[in-house]
Parts: sequence; C-alpha cells; structure tokens
Amino acid sequence: MKVFGWRVPMMFSLVVWLVVWEIIGQAGWMFLIPPFTDVLRASFELLGSESFHKSAGVTLSAFASGMGIAIAAGIPLGVLMGRVDAVDRLLGMWVNVFVSAPLTALVPIIMILFGFGQTTIIVTVMLFAIWIIVLDTRAGIRSVNPSLIDMARAFCASRFQLYTRVLILAALPEILAGIRLGLIRGVKGVVIGQLLVAIIGLGELFELYSRNFLMDKFWAVTILLFAFAIAASSLIEMLERRVEYYAGARG
Amino acid sequence: MSDQVAQAAQSAGSDPIVRVTGISKRYEGGVQALEGVDLDFPEGRLTSLLGPSGCGKTTLLKIIAGLLEPNAGEVQVAGRRVTGPGPERAFVFQDFALLPWATVTRNVAFGLELQGISKAERREKARHYIREVGLTGFEDRYPHELSGGMRQRVGLARAMAVDADVLLMDEPFSAVDEQTRRKFQEDLLHLLSVEKKTVIFVTHSIEEAVYLSSQVVLLSRRPGRVSKIIPTDLGGLESPDAIRRSKRYLDTVEDIWGMLKQYLLEDEIK
Amino acid sequence: MSIALVCGAWEIAGRVPISLAFPSFFDTAAAFWRMTLDGSLPIAFLITLHPLVIGIGISIVFGVGLGVTMGLSRGFEWLAAPVFIVMQAAPMAALIPLITFVYGIGLTAKVLAVCLLAVPVVVLNSYAAVRNANPSLVQMCRSFQGTRLQQIMKVIIPDASPVIFAGLRLGVAAGFIGIVLAELLITPTGIGDLITYHRAVANYAEMYASIVSIVVFSAVIVSLLEKVEVVLLRPEKRIKGTPE
Repeated sequence: MKVFGWRVPMMFSLVVWLVVWEIIGQAGWMFLIPPFTDVLRASFELLGSESFHKSAGVTLSAFASGMGIAIAAGIPLGVLMGRVDAVDRLLGMWVNVFVSAPLTALVPIIMILFGFGQTTIIVTVMLFAIWIIVLDTRAGIRSVNPSLIDMARAFCASRFQLYTRVLILAALPEILAGIRLGLIRGVKGVVIGQLLVAIIGLGELFELYSRNFLMDKFWAVTILLFAFAIAASSLIEMLERRVEYYAGARG
Repeated sequence: MSDQVAQAAQSAGSDPIVRVTGISKRYEGGVQALEGVDLDFPEGRLTSLLGPSGCGKTTLLKIIAGLLEPNAGEVQVAGRRVTGPGPERAFVFQDFALLPWATVTRNVAFGLELQGISKAERREKARHYIREVGLTGFEDRYPHELSGGMRQRVGLARAMAVDADVLLMDEPFSAVDEQTRRKFQEDLLHLLSVEKKTVIFVTHSIEEAVYLSSQVVLLSRRPGRVSKIIPTDLGGLESPDAIRRSKRYLDTVEDIWGMLKQYLLEDEIK
Repeated sequence: MSIALVCGAWEIAGRVPISLAFPSFFDTAAAFWRMTLDGSLPIAFLITLHPLVIGIGISIVFGVGLGVTMGLSRGFEWLAAPVFIVMQAAPMAALIPLITFVYGIGLTAKVLAVCLLAVPVVVLNSYAAVRNANPSLVQMCRSFQGTRLQQIMKVIIPDASPVIFAGLRLGVAAGFIGIVLAELLITPTGIGDLITYHRAVANYAEMYASIVSIVVFSAVIVSLLEKVEVVLLRPEKRIKGTPE
C-alpha cells in the first residue's frame, strides 16, 4: 500500500481498525463495544492490579510448563519418527489425527482425571501444542539432505554427534516453525482450558468480568492475551528468520 | 553502432520486422539492466541474444514481448509501437509455464481459448501443432506426465498455434538435458524452415546461438548494451551434423568465446 | 495394526485401573453400542452437526470470497490481511463468552462460534493461495493477451484451488473445535450435552464413548476431505510413480 509515494507497512492498517473501534465505541451503538481508549485505560489499570498479577502468573506458569513438556517430548518423538520407519508407521496416523482433531472435547476427560486444578491446564496446553511440534520436527528430519548424513558418516561422526551436530541443526527451520505453531496452539489451549475449568487464572477473570458486565475490563484481558500470543509467536519468528537462509537453500 | 545494425540487417538480407530503439530499463531496486539498446531484427530469421549472465537478455526479450515496460526508448513490431502483449508475438517460457491442471491439447490451445475461438477449431489447430512438434499420442496427457523436453514442445506448440509472426524464446532449452536439447534444436530448425517465423532467441550457450541463428547479438555486462552483432549464416549446409563440423561454425564459436572471455577477465580484475 | 495396538494399550490401562474415571476400551465400545442403539448418540450428532454445517457453509462462502479478494487487490490486502493474521494467531476462544452475551444461547451463538474459529484459517489460505499463484503462468496468460478476467478465472483461481481447498479442510477442522467448545461453554446440547450429562452422573464409559466418537468423526471427515482434494485437484499426486 502506497500513499503519496510512501510505503505504509501492512500492520498499520490495524491502527485504522482501532480508530473504527473507537468511533463505534464512542457512538455507543453497542453496549458490548466500549471505546478502545477505555479498554486501553482498563488494560493499564489491570497491569498494575494485584488480582491480575496473580491470575496472569498462574496462567503463565501453566502455559510455560505445558509448553516445556510439549517441546521436550515433542522434538525427540518427531526425530524418532523421522528416522525410524517403524515408529513412524505406528504413530504417524495418531499424530495426524490429533493435529486436527477437536481436542477441546478431551478437556472434560482431563478434568476428571487430573482434577480442577493447575495440572489439568498444563496437560491441556501440552496436548494442544505437542502434535504440531512432532509433525514439523518429523518433516524437518525427513527433509535433511541425505548426502549431509553420508558426509557426517564419512567423517566418522558418532551417532550422538550425527544427531546433535547435523540432524537437529539441519532440521532447525522446521522445528522452530513447529514450536511457533505449537506456541499459538498452546495459548489457545490455556485459554480453552481455563474457560472450561473457569476457576483458575485468567479464566476466572473472564468469568468474573463477563458475569458483571465489565466490558472494558473483559476486552482489556482479551487484548492483553492477544498481545501475549502475538508477541510470543513473533519472538520465535525472529529466531526462525536467523536460520531462514538455509531453509530455502535445501530445495 | 548504427553502422553495425545496418550491416547486420543487410547481411541477413531482409527488412527488420522488430525494431528496438534506445531501450533502457532500470529495476525498482536501482539495478540498471539495459542502457540505450538499439537493435533490428530481420524478418524470417532467427536472432540470438547472447551475453554473460545477468546482462539483461531476458529483460530485453520481455520488453519486446510487452510484459515489461522500458524506462526509455521504444519497440516497434511491423511498424507499430509496442504498448503491451500483442497477437503478432508469442512467447516461449524458460520454465514452460504450462497449466498443470490442463491436458496437452488444452495447453496447446490455451492462446486460442483466450481469443474466444470455438472449441472445435481449437481442437483442430491444437492437433495440427501437436503433430508438428512430434507429440502425437500425448494429446490427453498432463504436463507432469511428460519429460522436460516434451513439456517445452508443448510450450512451443502453444506459441505456434496462435499464428504469431514473431516467436520470442527465453532460454527455452536451459531446463532440458543435453541430448534432448540437441534433438530439439534440430527439430526447431526444421520447423522454422516450414513455418517461416521471425525468432528472437535468448540463450547463454554459445554453441546453441551459433548453431541456430542467422545473427548473434552479443550484449555486454550489466548494464546491458549491444556490444557486437555477428552474422553467422551457416545456411547452405544440408545436415545438422555438417553444420557442427564446419570450420565456419567452429571459428565463430571460438571468436565469440574470445569476446566473452574478455568480460569475464574484466570482472575478475574488478 | 497401530489402531489395534493403541486400543490394546487402552484396554490394559483401563483394566489396571489407572483411575476410577478411566474405563477400559471394551467398556467404552459397549457404551458406544448402547448409545447408538437407543438412539441418543445419533440424535446428539444430528443436533451438533446442525450449527456446524451452517457455520462451515457461511465460513466457506465468506472466507473464500474475502480471501480471494484480498489476494487480488493490494488495497484490500493492506486493510484486511493484518486483522486475520491477528485472529489466526490469537486465542479466539476467549471471545466465546462475549458471543453468548450478544446472541444468547441459541443456534446463532453456536453458528457464530464455528465461524469465529473457521473463518480466519479459510481466509488466510485463500488469500495466500491467490497471492502466490504462479507468476510465470500469469505472465504466460498476459503474453497471450488474456484479459484480467480471463487471467483470474482461467489461471489464478485454478492454480490457487488446491491451497484454497486445503484451507477449507483446515476450516472444517477448526469448525469442529468451535462447535465442541460452544456446546461445552455456551449450553450443553448434542454431543456436548452427552459429555456433560454422563460426567455429572459418573457414567464414564458413556462419556468417553461420546468424546471418542466426535473426535473420530471429525478425523474421518477431515481425512475424507483430504482424499477428495487429491482426487479432484491434484492430478500430479494422483498417479503414482511419475517423476517429480
């Protein structure tokens, strides 16, 4: 998009939409949509408030642990599936099913197995995030140039060296892409989990604000959540860009 | 420069059908691809554009096709100024540009389909040109079922089918393996002797340029300018093998290599 | 083979038992039959599918239309693409309580929940498909004097259709997530009702049977769409053993 010869970056159009939001909010057409500036004010209030710190902390720790498990378990599993055909045949179908299945339906099971607590949220995050990490890691390992593996063998690399110095690094672009997508899914998992359990972390706040019709606060939580999701995924994207130069060169 | 052009046109012995005057092209990033290119292309002949990689050969061809806009200068085809693609010119693409979801027949007839010609007539014409390029029996195949050489035959048939006077070929054989290329070159020469087209042919292979064309235009390094026009008429020699063995062919190839080597040396000194 | 192995593992785990709330595979299968025969499961499926089908239909028409327009027009791309990029990355589920507010707990709310999750992925896929249509083919069409309309109808859309269709597949998968979420969060109807009810009365086998059946059902639909995609839109994948 160019205006008077100036290139306007695409993300700037979001500002346009925020202005539209503000106008709708000021006009008061819909009770549900308070002016954006009010939401912004509420966000800052929220950022300073005790209850938000507490629930955000709970949410964040559940998210971090769930993601940690998903990454720690997902990458080795993906590598295994990429290298061993038998494992791939055994698990490939399931991973593919779970990548697109409505995992939300499993949350009630998790709830009765793990109780209405933090564990349930952690398991939900893990469950949402892990499959795409496995799948992308597997794809990355499969696309490693076979002559690169032969090269490592020819220079007498040990098995351990082959994996840590060649395979994982060569598959890094895909692995990072998997982690980024897993992160996005993990945020969705934490939100869905907390909404369904409804007495933990941000889920509790959502419940509280929407029951009491505190629309600006409700939107504030939502916006902060969105901002977190996007910040986290762009962080990984930055990492991805650093390895991009050899992702494309493989052909 | 204009002396050379006149000379070359004379040696080719016919009137120019495509005339390029003062073409310059600068890309958005600031790369000057072409600068002040003047060229005449005689009717009914094959002219090769040859030069070091990145000299703007393909850019020039796409400007003649009307696919790119020059920053200065103009192209005239049969006396009319080029403002965009036109029916008197047809393009053969380096990457074939075949529709992967269409059969050979539909691909060959695609230019006609765009002109709104009836299906029966399209089919008829397509069949004719499919035979011309030697693909009879493959009418209902899809591009992914064909080898690279066969795909380019489809691309060539498609360009022939719209009955344009000028064929613009952008490194058509660069994605084809060596043996297939030789056969294809021989077939192309034969086809052109029947169809009487003017061909502008971009290549980076000296042998290919000398073998196929009546004149070779040597472009200089970026920014591309016309550096030399070499008449290479090897006509009169009957068989393709005779051409490849003739002294004239071998000498011309050697001469052009000598000139191109100069550019490479200058590059290294820089 | 791998299905049998997993079911076997489930059976053993259920027999041990890991937890009181973890029925064995055969108990679950038996519950599945009981519920199928007494009609509660088929009826629940019909109820669940109703808003799902409507929502997916709307998402496809709206999403593909919008995505293709975004791919074709630079101005529109500038205006709309970031919104959908944000929607795709953000946890839209957070907005479901809001939908309940506006549209209550009826059909509309559920349809909207499906759309909310399905539209972004459909839009972004259609948009990317059109945007990345093979430029060489577009140039070829131009060189044969194709009009802009011909360019769009005969080259860009056919070239983009496999990716657009893949987007629809992902949209359907997202729609399933949306409907399950809506049924668990907004009001328990259909499958959501079965899950909630059987959990409340501790009929764990029945609850598992409902959950597994909806997960399997969505997986079957999605993989069916994948097959359709290969047969209809990808001639190069259909025939085995061709080079490339």
